[in-house]
Amino acid sequence: MSTVEAAHSEPARRMPANGWAVVVIFLPPALLLFTVFVALPMAEAAWYSFYNWNGYGRPDRFIGLKNYGYVFENPAFARALINNGLVIAVSLLIQLPLALAVAMAVARRVTWAVWFRTIFFLPYVLADVGAGLIWRYMFDGDYGLAASIAAGLGQQPVYLLASKDWAFTGVLIVIVWKYFGFYMMLYVAGLQGVDKSLLEAAEIDGAGPWQRFRHITLPQLGPMIRLSIFFSVVGSLQLFDFVVPLTGGGPFGSTNTVVSFLYYFGITRMRVGFGSAVGVLLFLICVIFAIVYRRLFMRDD
Amino acid sequence: MNIRRYALGAACVLALAAPAFADTNVTILHVNEVAAAKTLWDKIAADYNAAHPGVKVQFKYLENEAFKAKLPTMLQSDDRPDLFYSWAGGVMQAQDKAGLLKDVTADLADVESNMSATAVNAFKVDGKAVGVPFEMGEVAFYYNKKLFAQASVNANDIKSWDDFLGAVKKLKAAGITPLVVGAGEKWPMHFYYAYLVVRIGGDGALADAKANKDGGFKSATFVEAGKRLHELAALDPFQPGYLSTSHAQSAGVFGDGKAAMDLMGPWLLGMQAPNSASGKGLAEDDIGILSFPTVPGGKGKATDTMGGVNGFLVSKSAPAAAIDFLKFFSQDKYAKEAAATGAYIPVVKGAESAITDPLQRRLASDLAASTYHQNYLDQDLGPSVGRVINDISVAVAAGQMSPEAAAAAIQEAAEQQ
Repeated sequence: MSTVEAAHSEPARRMPANGWAVVVIFLPPALLLFTVFVALPMAEAAWYSFYNWNGYGRPDRFIGLKNYGYVFENPAFARALINNGLVIAVSLLIQLPLALAVAMAVARRVTWAVWFRTIFFLPYVLADVGAGLIWRYMFDGDYGLAASIAAGLGQQPVYLLASKDWAFTGVLIVIVWKYFGFYMMLYVAGLQGVDKSLLEAAEIDGAGPWQRFRHITLPQLGPMIRLSIFFSVVGSLQLFDFVVPLTGGGPFGSTNTVVSFLYYFGITRMRVGFGSAVGVLLFLICVIFAIVYRRLFMRDD
Repeated sequence: MNIRRYALGAACVLALAAPAFADTNVTILHVNEVAAAKTLWDKIAADYNAAHPGVKVQFKYLENEAFKAKLPTMLQSDDRPDLFYSWAGGVMQAQDKAGLLKDVTADLADVESNMSATAVNAFKVDGKAVGVPFEMGEVAFYYNKKLFAQASVNANDIKSWDDFLGAVKKLKAAGITPLVVGAGEKWPMHFYYAYLVVRIGGDGALADAKANKDGGFKSATFVEAGKRLHELAALDPFQPGYLSTSHAQSAGVFGDGKAAMDLMGPWLLGMQAPNSASGKGLAEDDIGILSFPTVPGGKGKATDTMGGVNGFLVSKSAPAAAIDFLKFFSQDKYAKEAAATGAYIPVVKGAESAITDPLQRRLASDLAASTYHQNYLDQDLGPSVGRVINDISVAVAAGQMSPEAAAAAIQEAAEQQ
C-alpha cells in the first residue's frame, strides 16, 4: 500500500538511463513467447469458433454464431456449468474452511504437526489421473472399497459412479480430498506470519480463543484467504484431469465440467469449431471473474 | 600426402553418407493391442527390411484415444506416418476430402482382387481405393455354456428377438445376470442399437438415413430400434452398476462367469482371461457364439453381420516403398499366419482355412457367408454423429431418453455436421 502511495507522490519518475536497454533486451523474447503460445492460439480459437470444421484441411464453412447456439442448446453444457458451480460452492463452503481448521491444528512447530501436514499434503502431490484411477477403484461396487464396506454392513453394493444423481458427489469428494492439503499449506504459511505479540496482548486483555481467532488471526490471514478463493475458483473452472479416469463425464453427461465437456463434445467428436466456441466461453468466464474479483477483493493485496 | 588424406577422408564421408541417401523410412502408425498381431507385424516388417536393403519399415503404436486425437494434426504436419490404421467410414472420408490420402486403386488392384469384396469396398471413397484392409470382425453374443445349462437355456433355440428375450427372462429367473456391457464407455451399448437397426431396416437402412429419406435418422427403423432396446433393458438384464463399467471390466465380469452373455467383437476372447479376477477366465470350451437374433417384421436377414473392418490407409506423401510393403504385407502366407495364431480374422480369401480356434472359425464362416456387412455405426458415420449414437444407445437403454427423442438427436447431429 505504501509503495503505491509513494509511486503516486513522486511526480514523473523518469526511467533510469539503462532502463530502456533492459526493456529492449528482455521484452521481445517474453512478448514473442506470449504472442506465439498465448495470444495467437486464443485468437485462432476465436476464429475457428465461427466455422463448422472437423480439423482436416482449412476451415472454410463459415456458420457465424451457430456453434455458440449449439453449445447453449446442449443440455450437457448447462449441466457442466452447474457442476462447475457446485465445485466452486463445495470449495468455498467445505474445502477452504476445512483447510483452515486443519491448518490451525497443524501450524504448531511440533513433530506430530509436521507429520500430519505432510500426510494431508500428499494427495495434492499425486498426479490427477492417478488419483482418478485410485478413486474409481475405491468407488467400485464389485471389488473396491465401496464393495467391502457394503459387504461389511450386510448391504447391497452401491455403485456411486453409475448413478446419475450421485456420481458427481463422488467427484466432489475426490476434489476436497485432493486439494484441501494445498490450501492447508497456504494457510499454515499465512499463520506463521500472524504477529504473535498481538495474540499475547489479546490474551492478557482477556480475549478467549474464538475471539482471538475471529478478531486477530482471521483478519491477518485476509490476503491468503482471498488468494485461496481466487485459486480455487479458477482451479474449479479448469477442472478436467480426474473427471476423465473417474467417470468419463458420465453417466449421461452428468459429471462433465466445462473443460471435460469441451473434450468429449468438441475434441473427441472432431468438432473443432464447436469446441473452440466452448473454449472462448470458458475464457470469457475466467477473464470476467478474474477482473471482477481482483477489482473488488484483491485491490489491497 | 595431404591429398591422400583428404581423399581418404572424403571416401569415408561418402561411405557413411551413401546408405543414408538410399535409406527410405516407412512408418506405420497403429493402435492394435493384440500381442499376437504386434508380434506378427514386427516379424513382417523385419522380413521386408531384410529383403529390401535401404528400406526401413517400422510399426509405431499409439493408444486408441491418443491416436484419434493426434492423427488430424499429424497428417497435416511433416511428421505424418506413411501408412496408418483405420476403421474406414466417416473419418476416412473426411481425410480423403481434405486431400490427405493417396489414390492407390491401380497399385493395389491385384492384391485386392484376392480379398473379401466387402472389406475392399469399405476402403474405397467414390470408387477409389485409398487403403488396404487386413482384418474383419463380427460382433456376436459370446455366451457362457455352463450358465446357459444352469438356467436350461438352449442356445440353438434362440433365433428371433422374442426367443432372445425369453432366454434373458429364464436366466434372470435362475438368478444369473443375463448380459454384461461396459456402458461406461458407451460404444459397447451401441452394438445393440446398431444391430437392431441392421435387423429392422436391412441393408439399405443406413444409406437411406444418410440420404435423408423418410426423415433420415428419424425414420421408423431408428425409432423401432430404440423401442426394442428399451424393451430389452426393461427386463433389467445388465450387471449392477453397468453405467460406470469400463470395457475392460466388463470383459472381466464375463471371464469370471458372473454374466451369461456379452455382445462383443472377437477381441473379447483375448481379453476375458487377463481382466478376470482369477486371471484365468473361462476355458474356450465353455464359451459359445450366438448370432444376433432376427427381429419379427424386420427387413434384415439372420446372415447380415455387423462388425469392424480395419486396414491401413496410405497418406498422400507415402513413398513407393510403402505401397510395395502393403503388397508384401497382404501376402497369403502372412494372412494365414494371422489366422493360425488367432491374431485376427484376415480378409485374404481362403486364409480363414488356417484358423485353428473353433470360435474364430465360426466367426470367419459367418463373415464368409455374410449377406450384408455393416461397419460399426460410430465409425461409419464419423465421430460427430457416431458418438451421439453411442450416447443415445446408453440413454435409451437406461430409460433416460425416449426412442423418438433419440432418433431426433441423431438426425440433429447429422444436420449439424
